[in-house]
Amino acid sequence: MSHKVIIPIGPYHPLQEEPEFFRLYVEGEKVVDIDIVIGYNHRGIEELAEDKHYDQVTFLVERICGICSSSHPFAFVLAVEDLLKTQVPERAHYIRMIVDELQRLHSHLLWLGLAGHFIGYNTVWMWAWRYREPVLDLFEQISGNRNNYAMMKVGGVRRDIKPEDLPTIKKQIDKLIPVLDMFKGAITDDPVIKARLKGVGVLTREQVLDFGALGPTARASGVDIDVRRDEPYAMYSSIKWSVITQKDGDVFAKTMVRILEMYESINIIRQCLVKMKKGPIDANVTDLIPGEGIGRVEAPRGECFHYIKSDGTNRPVRHKIRAPSFMNVATNKVSCVGGTISDAAITLGAVDPCYCCTERTAVIAKTTNTKIMNGWDLIKLCQEKTHKLLHKLEK
Amino acid sequence: MDINAKIRERLNTKIKDWQEHSSRRIYFKIDKQDIRTTASILFKELGFRLSTATAMDNPDGFEILYHFSDDKAGKIFSMRTFIKGRENAEIDSLVPVFKAAEWIEREIWELFGINFKGHPDLRHLLLADDWPKDEFPMRKDYKKPHERQP
Repeated sequence: MSHKVIIPIGPYHPLQEEPEFFRLYVEGEKVVDIDIVIGYNHRGIEELAEDKHYDQVTFLVERICGICSSSHPFAFVLAVEDLLKTQVPERAHYIRMIVDELQRLHSHLLWLGLAGHFIGYNTVWMWAWRYREPVLDLFEQISGNRNNYAMMKVGGVRRDIKPEDLPTIKKQIDKLIPVLDMFKGAITDDPVIKARLKGVGVLTREQVLDFGALGPTARASGVDIDVRRDEPYAMYSSIKWSVITQKDGDVFAKTMVRILEMYESINIIRQCLVKMKKGPIDANVTDLIPGEGIGRVEAPRGECFHYIKSDGTNRPVRHKIRAPSFMNVATNKVSCVGGTISDAAITLGAVDPCYCCTERTAVIAKTTNTKIMNGWDLIKLCQEKTHKLLHKLEK
Repeated sequence: MDINAKIRERLNTKIKDWQEHSSRRIYFKIDKQDIRTTASILFKELGFRLSTATAMDNPDGFEILYHFSDDKAGKIFSMRTFIKGRENAEIDSLVPVFKAAEWIEREIWELFGINFKGHPDLRHLLLADDWPKDEFPMRKDYKKPHERQP
């Protein structure tokens, strides 16, 4: 086994976030080792941020990720506000929360669809994405964009939510409840899904703590962490909601955490819509001071961390960004090993990296060191296993 | 006992400088040789989580901030340490304490050129495998290809 052999697999398109390259080392059906290579999409944003002024950085960090494009600017503005100790108007807090929770809804629906696709349930894929569309439409209505909403600003938000938009937001999120009930029912009742996901890709509590895993990946293993509750930023302390945890740490638990979290997001948005009173949306920050600031938010995948150091000028001296997947993807090192190749696609996908990540997977036979399949083969293998189970059940 | 008092009592003389920016943001300074024992105390005894580490290139050397998150109290304790001099910058790796440091240290190693003693697998994470050995893109004196003299 040589880690030096580099096998180029698939065309990689950095349009989607986080392209990764996994080398699975296998003995027969069993995965014995995995090597994770990242960096294909490293754009040097931390370094770029040092050449831009604070208002520009907000837009720059928004482009780190297309799926959680409000989490990064949110964490960044919190970091600057932490440095300046700015008092942000209450209405701005609520608008930030609404955008962030809508983003969680669309992100989890996206993941649910992909997970369905990986295990051969293409109906789940199409339905989940069909119900994700109205959420994106809401973004378009609020911000003018389906992605990269450009809502965050140091001291507040750039755009108000118009009073005439509120009934539509309420109507659309109410419509999601029966959809979530359907998905929840389908997943908990289906014996094949249970057979495919239960006990697969297990991550123990100790492993989560060791790797510093975050978000749904950690909560599915019984690690009760959520920045929204632990360090209530914005107005999360005034909202009644609960942190979802599961015990088993397998792919099934991760799926359940994400589905149940969507109910909580709807719950949070509903309360925000009621509590949001008329008022200013910007604190009009004008001066900067030397010092340091840390901001963190609970992105759909876990804690998103931004640190800034200022020398009092209009550009940060240092801007450190840590996205949640940076901590979560590393856990594949333990969750994949010991499993079968046909479960690898869904296990690698369970931390919610993204489609292109699993597309770039290679399977290498340990004895001969040759490439035997690529990412698409792997997804096909994963789907075939489900179909076999289905046929068995039908008989 | 309040967590701040607990840390100060447990780490005692190891803490060189203690700053409370706000109730949730605490920065303290630790000598370079103490970081592994301190990290071990914070992780194993107090149940903190290494959120990430920020490296900085200062005129007289490097500075690393290890951001530990106390999820029970909702605070971030940033452990600050300095590495004097730019040549052969070296510091103890925290991977023997927790695996969370593995990728974080690989990233700092390749971008800043700081060596981590005791790291089991120090190789490129974000940069290409054939990246020049003596070029560290996050150092302040790094010249991007278009800035270089022909």
